[in-house]
Amino acid sequence: MKINKREIEHVAMLARLKLDDEELTQFTTQIGDILSYVEKLNELDTTKVEPTSHVFDLKNVFRNDVVGSSLSREKVLSNAPEGTGKYYKVPKIIEQ
Amino acid sequence: MELYTKTISECQSLIRNGQISSVELTRSVLGRIASLNERLGAYITVTGDTAFRQAEEADKIIRSQPVENLPPLMGIPVAVKDNMCTEGVRTTCASALLDDFVPPYESTVTGRLAAEGYVLLGKTNMDEFAMGSSNETSAFYSVKNPWNTEMAPGGSSGGSAVAVAADACIGALGSDTGGSIRQPAALCGVVGLKPTYGRVSRYGLVAFASSLDQIGPLAKTVKDAAILLQAIAGPDTNDSTCAPFEVPDFTSSLGRDIKGIKVGIPKQYFIEGMHPRVEDSVKKAINQLESLGAKAVEVDLPHTDYAVSTYYILATSEASSNLARFDGVRFGVRRQKESDLMDMYTTTRSAGFGPEVKRRIMLGTYALSSGYYDAYYLKAQQVRTLIKQDFEHAFNSVDIMACPTTPAPAFRLGEKLDDPLQMYLNDIFTISANLAGLPGISVPCGFTDDNLPVGLQLLGRPFDEENLLMVAHAYEQSTDWHKIKPKLLDI
Repeated sequence: MKINKREIEHVAMLARLKLDDEELTQFTTQIGDILSYVEKLNELDTTKVEPTSHVFDLKNVFRNDVVGSSLSREKVLSNAPEGTGKYYKVPKIIEQ
Repeated sequence: MELYTKTISECQSLIRNGQISSVELTRSVLGRIASLNERLGAYITVTGDTAFRQAEEADKIIRSQPVENLPPLMGIPVAVKDNMCTEGVRTTCASALLDDFVPPYESTVTGRLAAEGYVLLGKTNMDEFAMGSSNETSAFYSVKNPWNTEMAPGGSSGGSAVAVAADACIGALGSDTGGSIRQPAALCGVVGLKPTYGRVSRYGLVAFASSLDQIGPLAKTVKDAAILLQAIAGPDTNDSTCAPFEVPDFTSSLGRDIKGIKVGIPKQYFIEGMHPRVEDSVKKAINQLESLGAKAVEVDLPHTDYAVSTYYILATSEASSNLARFDGVRFGVRRQKESDLMDMYTTTRSAGFGPEVKRRIMLGTYALSSGYYDAYYLKAQQVRTLIKQDFEHAFNSVDIMACPTTPAPAFRLGEKLDDPLQMYLNDIFTISANLAGLPGISVPCGFTDDNLPVGLQLLGRPFDEENLLMVAHAYEQSTDWHKIKPKLLDI
């Protein structure tokens, strides 16, 4: 087995996902299969190969530092599941 | 002949001659959508009211302006995949998480179509967040292949491909990360073009894998694809990965002689186990190109076998990072069981994402996690360089390449859903173009004995969509495949 349930649970936590038992079992098998398949890449010696960072070697793109137009606060906040009209609202994050 | 069957270029002349109005055309297509959509599931949202309003506005402009001043897409009804932001029009990415998302801004591509006076018909169904090859991962409903409604249409731009194939639009936009335009185009018997990475702005496209994603047209003919590409291509200050190159006139190269064009036939793209009729149709298409004066030469792409592995590490890694933004704070459907932030994040994401999206986020998170980065992500980026070099080398001796779009025709709905690896292998011939950033097009080139369409894939040099479209057009015009439409007898 390429990956075990405990590792899958850890990855789920990193990805901010909660898996039920069925998902946990299924993902452990499926992700294990996929990881075994991609092992194939180790057949290749890549010690002297540069990794691709941009497919056409595009360098930094600059623009003039000029203020452009932006969305209104109202528009930006319009899709917030919870907000005050001025801010996004999230559950309390500071312990008392 | 019903108006909805027309191509973009036919509609252009009909509108300009004053034979039809945009409103009449729009009414015809909306009627077609209404009669088919429940059955085929191609659209998630149909924007009937705004479509009529846009068509009326277009008609006013058409009546008041000299014909030569009219932009090419004035009054033409187009469908847009539901992962491109349309201001004020719900954009879901076929995800429960974005069920109620109404973008406050317009994507560059739809903004450019709007500037030409197009009519937005609606937003097409897709695999959730464009992750899938069958359109079955949509959170809403799957899409049916109009050639046989028990078959998958391909994905992830399945809704757009079906809308084109079933005449439920005049043309459409899709996006292609590993074949998501070309594969459904092949399986539905329409034209699908993935432009060079950087040819079209991705601003306002909900990101899946940013180094691979590219927007492009799905259309009834190669000429229509050229017209749509012309409208959306070109540099954009809102997307710094969009290349700062001049855009050539794509339609002017159509109809040129392809005599002497060197067509590379990658030997790794004709594999054991591929569907015999697919192989046969594509080989006949290559013979047809030769009879038009092209020279076929075998080329070697030795790292082809590693493309799927490379892709599924890179695409999932980028996805795990891109989809981190869906946390229930700024947009989307928030869900919560306990009162703390961590619970809000995990409950929102666990309920909002479907299984394929979760699987890919997990795989990508694993590949990027501490201790595994070098073994997976870095290794895959190195192999990507080798794949890219294969193409650079091969394109030293040929102008274009020809191969199958997919190893097999449309498969049954549900057939591969429980076996992600089998599903991924469906993209075996399309993925490399994304890894190497190259433009690729699928054009109809035949049918199997079961009357399912087969696609011929042509691949071009970076930013050489001109030659790609020219050869595709020459092939298409010398055959009748693109004129054959699904009968949809049972509707």
